[in-house]
Amino acid sequence: MISLAGRDIVHAWGKFVFTGIGLGLLIGVTLVMAGVYRGMVDDGRALLDNSGAELWVVQRGTLGPYAESSSLYDDTYRAIRAMPGVAKAANVTYLTMQVRDSRSDVRAMVVGIAPGGPGATPGWPPYLVAGRHITRSHYEAVADVASGLRLGDRLAIRRNSYTVVGLTRRMVSSSGDPMVFIPLKDAQEAQFLKDNDALWQSRRRTGANPAFDRPGVPGLLDAVNAAQSTNAFVNAVLVTLEPGRDPDEVAAAIRRWRRLTVYTRPQMESILVGKLIATSAKQIGMFLVILAIVSAAIVAFIIYTLTMDKIREIAVLKLIGTRDRTIAGMILQQALALGVIGFVVGKITATFSAPMFPKYVLLVPFDSVVGFFAVLVICVVASIAAIRMALRVDPAEAIGG
Amino acid sequence: MGGKGIRIEGLKKRYGSGDTAVDALKGVDMQVAPGEVVGLIGPSGSGKSTLLKCLGAVIDPTAGRMTLGDEVIYDDGWKVRDLRALRRDKIGFVFQAPYLIPFLDVTDNVALLPMLAGVANAEARSSALELLTALDVQHRARAMPSRLSGGEQQRVAIARGLVNRPPVILADEPTAPLDSERAMTVIRILDDMARKYETAIIVVTHDEKIIPTFRRVYHIRDGVTHEEAGEGRPFDGTG
Ligand SMILES: Nc1ncnc2c1ncn2[C@@H]1O[C@H](COP(=O)(O)OP(=O)(O)O)[C@@H](O)[C@H]1O
Ligand SMILES: [Mg+2]
Repeated sequence: MISLAGRDIVHAWGKFVFTGIGLGLLIGVTLVMAGVYRGMVDDGRALLDNSGAELWVVQRGTLGPYAESSSLYDDTYRAIRAMPGVAKAANVTYLTMQVRDSRSDVRAMVVGIAPGGPGATPGWPPYLVAGRHITRSHYEAVADVASGLRLGDRLAIRRNSYTVVGLTRRMVSSSGDPMVFIPLKDAQEAQFLKDNDALWQSRRRTGANPAFDRPGVPGLLDAVNAAQSTNAFVNAVLVTLEPGRDPDEVAAAIRRWRRLTVYTRPQMESILVGKLIATSAKQIGMFLVILAIVSAAIVAFIIYTLTMDKIREIAVLKLIGTRDRTIAGMILQQALALGVIGFVVGKITATFSAPMFPKYVLLVPFDSVVGFFAVLVICVVASIAAIRMALRVDPAEAIGG
Repeated sequence: MGGKGIRIEGLKKRYGSGDTAVDALKGVDMQVAPGEVVGLIGPSGSGKSTLLKCLGAVIDPTAGRMTLGDEVIYDDGWKVRDLRALRRDKIGFVFQAPYLIPFLDVTDNVALLPMLAGVANAEARSSALELLTALDVQHRARAMPSRLSGGEQQRVAIARGLVNRPPVILADEPTAPLDSERAMTVIRILDDMARKYETAIIVVTHDEKIIPTFRRVYHIRDGVTHEEAGEGRPFDGTG
C-alpha cells in the first residue's frame, strides 16, 4: 500500500510543519495551563505536608487559616495539648504581605512559628537547604529559596528587620507565594499589634472615656490600656497526634470540649482544592475549553484548505476508481499527523517553558496522555468537514464539460 | 467482434426534469472493438462529454444499454452495483489536462491504482516502469509531475490510464495542450497501445490534425451519432 497522506505531507511539508508549530504552541499553552492547576493543587498539598500538622484548630465557624482568616487566643494551644490523643500543639500565624529586602520587595507568606524546633514543633520548616534554623526568639528568619532571599540578607517586616539565617525549599502558600518563617512573637506583633501612633490614639480615646477614667478607681485606666495593647492572637493551632490515634475522633473531642473548629488533613485538602483554588480551577478549565476550540478550528481550517487545494486530484482519484475510504483515510491521516506534530511541539514547549513560569507548573504524565488523546479526537472531529466535502466531490468534474 | 469491446445501444441521457430538462443524448449507438481507436467529434454542446461520462460509468444514462466485454453495465435504468470498482478495473481515462497527482512522482502516479488495489508496491512500480518505457518517458520516472513538459505529462497520464490493462480507454481531448507533432505522437501511442494490449479506445477531439488518422469516426450532433469511415492516414503529420 501507498500512503497518500504521507506523500502529500512530504510534498507540502512546509505547510504542515508551520501549522504544526502554531498548533503546537497552542497545545503547549494548554499543557502549561493544566500544569498550573496541578501546581496549585501540589502547592496546597505541600503547604499541608510541610506544616507537619495532623489537625488544624481554627476560629469557630471559619475555613481558616489558609482559605479564610481565623484568630484564636494564643493560650488556646495549652488546653488542646491537654486533650487525650494530642501529642503536640503549637500556635502558628500566617500573614501574606510584601517583604522588603535591601534590593526589592517580594510577595511572601510570613509564618510565625512557636518556640521549639523542627520535628518537635508543628509549623517549623522540616528541612533546610542552607544555613540553620531559627535559634533566637527575635529577628531571625528562614526563607524559601523561591523568595530570592539569600543567607545574611536583611529583610523588613513591618517595623522590625530580620536576618535570614536559613533557606528552605518548596515551602509555599496555597497561592504559590514563598514562605518566610519568623518567631511567633514577632509575627504576632507584625499581624496583630498596633503601631505607636495607633497605640497612642487608642490610649487617648480610652483616657477620654469617663467610664474608664474614674477618679474613684485608681489603676483602671492603666489596666484597660494594658488589656487593649496585649491582646495576643494566633491564626491557628497545629496539632499532631499520638501514634495510632484516629484523627476524626480527636478532632470531634476538640470540637465538643473546646468549641472550636477542627479540620483533619482530608478536610483541609478539600478546603484548599475544593474551595480556595476552585475559582482558579474553573478559570483554567474555561481556558482549556477555549484552547481546545481554537485548536480544533485551526486544524479544521488547515485540513479544509489543504483538501480544497486537492479537489481536482480528489475528483481524478474518484474517477479512476479510488474508494471513498481511501480518500477519507488520506484526509484523516493528515489531520492526525498535524495533531501529532502539534502535540510533540507542544509537549517540548511546555517542558522547556514550565520552569520559567513564576508559579509552580507541574506537568503530570497523565495530563499529557489525556492531552494527546484529546488532540487526536479534536483532529478527527476537525477533519469531518473536509472529509464530507471530499466525499461530495463529483468524479465527473475531472472530465469537465 | 461479438461481445468484445464496448457497445452501447439506444443510450439516452436527460439532465434535469420538467420544463428545464435537457436531452443531451437522444439514442446513441456505438461499438468499439478491442485494438481499435475511434474518434468522437462534434460541435460544442453536441453531447460529447455527456457520452464520454456515460461510457466511463461516471454518470448514469437515463435509458439504453451498455455492455463492456460480456458484462452488462446499464440496461434501461438498471446498473451494476459498484461503478467505482468497474471504473478502476475496466476503464482507463486520459484527460485533456493530465491531472497527475502533484505529490506523487511519475512512477507512483502510474503505479497508484494497482497499489491501491493491493498489488505489492514493487510489482506495481515495475509494471508502471514498463509502460513508461513503452511511452518513452522512463528517464523521468522519479521526477515530480511539476517538472515535466506538457507532452511528458500527457504520456504519463496515458500510462496511468493503461496500467490496469483496462479493456476500454476514454480520452477527452488528449491532444489539446500539445503542438501538432506531439499530438501525432500521442495518437500514435494510443494506436500502438490499442493493438498491443487489445484495448478499445475512444478519443473525443476537436483537433483537425488528428481527425484524419482515425479509421472510424463517430460524429455527434444534437445528441445523435452518425458513424463514418475515417481516412486512417499514417501518423507522420503530413496528411
Ligand atoms: N450537468 C448538466 N446539467 C444540465 N445540462 C447539461 C449538463 N451537462 C451538459 N448539459 C447539456 O447537455 C448538452 C450536451 O453537453 P455536453 O455533453 O457537455 O456537450 P459537449 O461536450 O459536446 O460540449 C448541452 O446542451 C449541455 O448544456
Ligand atoms: Mg465537452
